[in-house]
This record gives sequence, structure tokens and C-alpha cells, in this order.
Amino acid sequence: MHETAVAQSLVDVISQEVEKYRGKPLRAKLSCGQLNAINDEVLSFAFEAIAQGTACAGMTLEIEHKPLLAKCRACGRDFAVELSSVRCPGCGGGDFELLPDAPLLLEQIEFEGTEDDEGGCRQEGAQCQ
Amino acid sequence: MTKVDVGKKVLSANEAYAQKNSQLLAQQGKPCFNLISSPGSGKTTILVRTITDLAGALRLGVIEGDIQTDIDAQRIRAAHAPAVQINTEGACHLSATQVHRGLTELPLDQLDIVLIENVGNLVCPSAFELGEDGKIVVLSVAEGDDKPAKYPAIFAKSKVLLVNKIDLLQGGLVDFDLEHVRSEARRLNPGIEIFPVSARTGAGMQNWYDWLVAQARRSG
Repeated sequence: MHETAVAQSLVDVISQEVEKYRGKPLRAKLSCGQLNAINDEVLSFAFEAIAQGTACAGMTLEIEHKPLLAKCRACGRDFAVELSSVRCPGCGGGDFELLPDAPLLLEQIEFEGTEDDEGGCRQEGAQCQ
Repeated sequence: MTKVDVGKKVLSANEAYAQKNSQLLAQQGKPCFNLISSPGSGKTTILVRTITDLAGALRLGVIEGDIQTDIDAQRIRAAHAPAVQINTEGACHLSATQVHRGLTELPLDQLDIVLIENVGNLVCPSAFELGEDGKIVVLSVAEGDDKPAKYPAIFAKSKVLLVNKIDLLQGGLVDFDLEHVRSEARRLNPGIEIFPVSARTGAGMQNWYDWLVAQARRSG
């Protein structure tokens, strides 16, 4: 149940971002690695509860799980690791080094409204679609 | 609909403290390891025996993480080592902020190595970096030999696996295939050091001590 701690951090980080924009935030897109041990259902449930009464109330989460990569020590190939059976698909070897796992990232926030609302477009690095 | 790209680490607050901890430990030249296991695997018993057997050779300080009570810190202090007890009051893991407090309360200048005993839990603590030099996973034989397959993340991330309570293997008191655990752990993590030990009888503990002393020498 570390998802409650993660959800609290998520509410904090999203609230900081949301302050900079107008419009109601609807959805947050996240990405995470395989070793963060994030269960989507548990995180969404914890987030919903903790978000009540904050700027994140009513937001939904979309979570992308990125593969864990390893480098084969025999043939040098980088490959995506399936923790249930780790083998290099190139040479079939089992001697590898795990590469750094993807961190838990807040990728994107979607707000209600249009560009006329002067939403996120004013911010540096922001993209409007 | 307006979409705003953020690209911010969700656990950045924890990571900032983990970095602070790592810097503080590096400045003082003290290696630090984070012990993670299920409740009851014998982490505290391993620590107490290690402190006692290495008295005069290696000075250990301990940060104890538990949901409630200071039972573990009392056991460490009774073995004549400094300990700071952190009570998480419900949280299933230690955070880097809590460990930072622990590090500032320990007499670091009088220590050779810092060991963190995380809250007993084989899942959640593995997701929170504390600024340590490595994780040490403890598995006791009574828990079963399927644990590396069922909880792969912690076995994939750890530098050392301590297989504890091996005294129970004699006489067939538990069904546990040590070779299976060895190969499963190495399948997930080819570089992992594996030390079968009994903190109760002392069997195998010397290999663990040699590893620990080598870590302190490397930093010292």
C-alpha cells in the first residue's frame, strides 16, 4: 500500500502545476518503470481519496508502464526484461546487467476548456492540441 | 481540451532527500545499506549478532524502521550500538526524509557503517530510494523458496541476499530448496551476492561479515 504515499506526492506535484494554469484539470498521464511496484487500480483509488478537497479532485489517472531494460553481457544487446523469465533474445544468455528503471513521471495534465481560455499555452515548454 | 506537458518526477521530494542523505554519507565516508524483508525474517537478530561478533572491528549504527514501538532499537542498544528508531505510524516503508532525521541523530563520526532496517515488507520499501549504497534482501527459509519468483523487484534490485535461519534446514524441518533460490535470484540479478546464514547459531555469518568489512574498507 505504498501507493497512498505515491498518491500524496502525486497530488502535491499536480497541485503545484495546476496553480500555474486556468481551467479545471481532468486527467493526468503518468509513466513508470517495472520496479516502482505500481498497481494502477490501487494508485487510482488512493489518488481519488487523497485528491478530495484539493485542486486535483475528480481527476482521473492514465498510467503507462515502461519496460525494464537489460544489457546482455555476452552479446551486448539491450533488451526488455520480463521478470518471470529473463533471457537475452539475441543469444539466449542469462548473464545481463539491469539498466536503470524508468522513474515515476507526471507526463501530462489535461485541462477542461479551449485555447481561448488562455490555458497552458502561455507556459514555456507547454504544448496545446 | 488543453494538454500541458510536465515531465516531473512524482517522487522528487523523496529523491531530493535521498540525494541529501547520499551526499552526507559520502562526505563522511560512511557506507550505508538498506535491509529489506518480510516481517519476522530475522533482520534485527542478524544485526544484533553482527554488532556483537564485530565488536572492536567494525562500528555499526542502525536506523530502525517500524510501524510502532522501539523494541528493535532497544535490542540494538542492548548490543552496545547506537540506534535511532523511526515509527512510521501505519506507513509500510521508510521515506528518505525519515532516514535523513535518523542520519542527523546518529553519531556518524564514531561509526564505520550505517545499516537501515526497513519496515518488514517485501514490496513497498523497494520503491523508495533512501540514499543508501545498496539494498540487502533477507529471506528466511521458513518463508518458502518461491519468494524470488513472486517478489522479483526486490531480488532484482539488491546487492546482497541473506538467506537466514538455515539451521532449520537440518533435519528437514522446512521444505526449502536453497539451490533453487540461488538460481532464481541469479536469474533476476546475476551479480547478487548470496550468503546463507543462521543468525541464531552463527553458521555462515563470517561470509557476511567479510563482505561488510570490505565495504567499510572501500569507503574508509
